Amino acid sequence: MIREAFSELTKAIQAGTFVYTGEIEPLKTTSLEETLETAKILKGHVIAANITDNPTAFAYMNALIPSYFIQKEIGLEAVYQVTVRDRNRLAITADLLAASALGIKNVLALSGDHTTVGDDPGTKPVYDLDSTALVDLLRKMVDDGTDIKGNKIDQPPKFNFGIAGNPNADPLDPEILKIERKIELGADFIQTQAVYDIDLMKEFVKQVSRLKVPVIVGIAPFKSRGMMDWMVKNVPGIVVPEDIQKSLLAAREKSKQAFLDENLKIFGDLIKEIRNTPNVSGLHIMTIGFEWIVPKLIEKANQ
Amino acid sequence: MIITIQKSDEDIKKMIEGRDKIFIVGCGTCATECQTGGEEQVKELKNKLENLGKKVTGQAIVESVCDQRLTRRDLRRKKEAVDDSNAIMVLSCGTATQTVSEISKKVTIPCCDTEFIGTTERIGKFYERCRACGECILYETGGICPIARCGKTLLNGPCGGQAKGKCEVGGWEKECAWIQIYERLRDEGRLDLFKKYRPPKDHSKMASQREVIFR
Repeated sequence: MIREAFSELTKAIQAGTFVYTGEIEPLKTTSLEETLETAKILKGHVIAANITDNPTAFAYMNALIPSYFIQKEIGLEAVYQVTVRDRNRLAITADLLAASALGIKNVLALSGDHTTVGDDPGTKPVYDLDSTALVDLLRKMVDDGTDIKGNKIDQPPKFNFGIAGNPNADPLDPEILKIERKIELGADFIQTQAVYDIDLMKEFVKQVSRLKVPVIVGIAPFKSRGMMDWMVKNVPGIVVPEDIQKSLLAAREKSKQAFLDENLKIFGDLIKEIRNTPNVSGLHIMTIGFEWIVPKLIEKANQ
Repeated sequence: MIITIQKSDEDIKKMIEGRDKIFIVGCGTCATECQTGGEEQVKELKNKLENLGKKVTGQAIVESVCDQRLTRRDLRRKKEAVDDSNAIMVLSCGTATQTVSEISKKVTIPCCDTEFIGTTERIGKFYERCRACGECILYETGGICPIARCGKTLLNGPCGGQAKGKCEVGGWEKECAWIQIYERLRDEGRLDLFKKYRPPKDHSKMASQREVIFR
């Protein structure tokens, strides 16, 4: 079933536009300044920006607040990320009601990195729902006007909601089956984990294409050599082909600027390839801390 | 089996401060197998206490401390030594310590930490297998429990935190339970069960003070 498009993001996808989305990370701060500045940089280049929910299990400002403010103050649509790690079904339902009241139209349903990898590993992980049950909750809220238990909601929310997929997943088959499970439950779109290996991306898109939902492929250029090393070491299953690592390292030997230029070249080419892949609806660009590269990347890909 | 490990001497010392007459209870079942509360460990504790200048009034290794009938019988048999003590130290699980506490009405000191319900590969290698969730789904998950063995207790895994079948919890050293479940169900030709959506657990079944009463 194709759900009605409530968000600008889903409307654009349904109209056949190749969409770009960005990502903003609220930090451990009470200030919205940096978040709003980042949103300003992204606006006009991406149709929506994901607001992360305590990424890598670090406690940051509640994602709902920046989601609201980037829409209200900057006019950039939010993809409100919701993990099931920190809140039980009561709290998540309550937050989703609040999100709808604040005009949020997109939700991304996630498990969330485990608390033990976060900045307070002693935290109690919740996982009352899993990300699949969160899709079930979202579908019931939007389509049935109830919570997950079936209790009626007055003026139900109107969300389009997506799920994450990992083209790097090894083995891939259970990942595809898990995605299928969520699509059958009613998810509207897939945003993927960062891909660097074009063949892995193509195989993933090929396999999920039979599910007939839009796939927004993720990329994450490297801000620095340190970030590249961290990603390769810490992000589960990320596959960065040797030749990409080698050419970036060689560039870094020359200068920081050469490293960034090499990023533009590599990821510009990658974007071109992704755009030319059948059944890809858009591109999700994750550039925490160097959003200025987003317009340059899109420009490079359009050359 | 209930898997236990012994608390450190330092932690135990703090709990017995000011108590000079001690009765020791060990357990002949799980704690014996874990080597945390069998005959040898009771003897060791007795020596340690005596070296600290404490008097050990007596000791009992109950066949299963968690069985109130056996514990009541054995403590009654050693009534004098129990009465003479001003604390009972229990080398067994949390259930055992509470059983002794309820029956003896004495200050009861846990000497072990209860780790989990697990399986024994050999002495010294114990692995968690059950969380006593009250809703067994092992038939659907290829005999592998995602509640006990998935870091996120997912009913619909795997999550994005697996890489090459390893789990992000503990630094990708342990197996991802959901990849194991997938492989097992695939080999059994039951992948339909893998793909099936399992709605969230009914946690009211795990609400406080669970009891099973059928008579």
